[in-house]
Amino acid sequence: MSTLETASKPVSTPAAAVQEETPSSTDPNRLGERLIRILIPVAMLGALILLWAWYVTAYDVPHYILPSPSRVAKAMIEDWHILGPALLVTLKITFTALALALIGGVALAVLLIQSKWIELALYPYAVILQVTPIVAIAPLILIYAPTTQSALLICAWLVAFFPILSNTAQGLKSVDHNLLNLFELYGANRWQSLYLLRLPAALPYFLTGLRIGGGLALIAAVVAEFAAGSAGAGSGLAFRLLESQFRLNIPRLFAALILLSVTGVLIFFATSLISHLLLHKWHESAVKREN
Amino acid sequence: MVSTIEAGGPEAGAPAERSRTSPARPLVSLSGVSKVFSNGTVALRDMSLDIQPGTFVSLLGPSGCGKSTALRIIAGLGEATSGSIDWPTSEFDASGQPHPEIGFVFQEPTLMPWASVFNNVRLPLRLKGKSRSASREDVMNALEMVGLENFAEAYPRELSGGMKMRVSIARALVTRPKLLLMDEPFAALDEITRFKLNNDLLHLWESFGWTVIFVTHSVFESVYLSDRIVVMAARPGRVVADLAIDAPYPREDDFRTSTVYNDYCRDVSNALHDAMDEKADA
Repeated sequence: MSTLETASKPVSTPAAAVQEETPSSTDPNRLGERLIRILIPVAMLGALILLWAWYVTAYDVPHYILPSPSRVAKAMIEDWHILGPALLVTLKITFTALALALIGGVALAVLLIQSKWIELALYPYAVILQVTPIVAIAPLILIYAPTTQSALLICAWLVAFFPILSNTAQGLKSVDHNLLNLFELYGANRWQSLYLLRLPAALPYFLTGLRIGGGLALIAAVVAEFAAGSAGAGSGLAFRLLESQFRLNIPRLFAALILLSVTGVLIFFATSLISHLLLHKWHESAVKREN
Repeated sequence: MVSTIEAGGPEAGAPAERSRTSPARPLVSLSGVSKVFSNGTVALRDMSLDIQPGTFVSLLGPSGCGKSTALRIIAGLGEATSGSIDWPTSEFDASGQPHPEIGFVFQEPTLMPWASVFNNVRLPLRLKGKSRSASREDVMNALEMVGLENFAEAYPRELSGGMKMRVSIARALVTRPKLLLMDEPFAALDEITRFKLNNDLLHLWESFGWTVIFVTHSVFESVYLSDRIVVMAARPGRVVADLAIDAPYPREDDFRTSTVYNDYCRDVSNALHDAMDEKADA
């Protein structure tokens, strides 16, 4: 309403009015949209917690079946001396596994594309390792690995490694053939083709692998610990979860669960942010459509 | 067989009479070049062609006539099954080696989407090991030639189809090639953009005097640009006619409406249709 008035009053300079009008009319909209994007999920979360609290008190649910949100919060604070170190252990396994999976996955992908023979020889084994359920291999790894921690690390690595390998290899192979011809025409050597052409072309694929691998590394770290059933010092969140269940300490179980969820969400956001930062200048997936 | 003899006749004399072409040895000479793909398709049969330095030669024909294959073989992007390619002038005699003095423009712009316009154009120099600062002047010169000096920092996705093609041409020119190979470079562009790029290409060619081999399936485009048209036919790919276009340069838009232009278009069209009919008989 007001923009219409301001645009029609100074008839002499319609262009100036339009120019002034555009930033002031779009910016609040964009800001508002952003706020809504944050507000709606937060409001939804708040509503769910309220519903949960109301249900527990209204129906008098015993806390060993479903604790109220306040009890869970209390457990989080009071048991932090147990949950905090456990979270650190799980984080350490997850991120070490992810880092090793990054190095191994990219290195093996680069190796695989060097020759058809290497791919034929190695790729089937990568697939076998991937398709065999990690829970089934875990007992064996526990026997062979020197410590429980290293066994967990190997399990998490095995799971996170494959999506990074297969996506990166796919990306390295999906290079525009005309660009390959161009590099050949100008006498590019193998290293130049890899560094200047194949690796940048594979980046979007690699980042997809990273996002999948990041989530899987956490899942595998937890699953492996369930299977390994480690005890005492150096236990991760998964062990604390099981332990709480045995002791019917359900508030602590919920607290451990929330820590795991938050970790997973943060990993997802971090990998998405990395992806956006690396791709937003050129890749279609990160560019807003202008229509 | 008759057609190949026809092709050999006029090609030797006609371009040499033009004042801008020296009567010297050809820049590149194909003799008896054939290409058979692994699936048995004969892409090219017994092609012989001399390209005089400084000429603008079009390879014209329907799809599948081997014109792109011939271009790739000249560029060294694929071996001929039989026959030989010679570079009688000294700069090109390093056989088997890549020819740095060749610029190649593909049908698609073929730009690296992750690199800025500057870095895309710089690529051939970078592959030769030239540093960024040492390349700067050459890259900016090449961008100026195609009128994109203000877009050095832009990314390919920000450019229109015509501008992307200009970047591709600038990249081919940045090494200051003696021979420019163009594989249907403007086929995917709208007509207005294509006419504009045709004119710009001709201006550049006139001022720098490279040799151009231009692959196209458009009769009108080939007559407008070239001083010589090699007509090819498909299945198997072969040369069926070799025509000189003796219209003076510079050619501007009014050339497109002149009777000379229309007569040549008719002649070239007829040659193309004869080639198609001949195939139908066989």
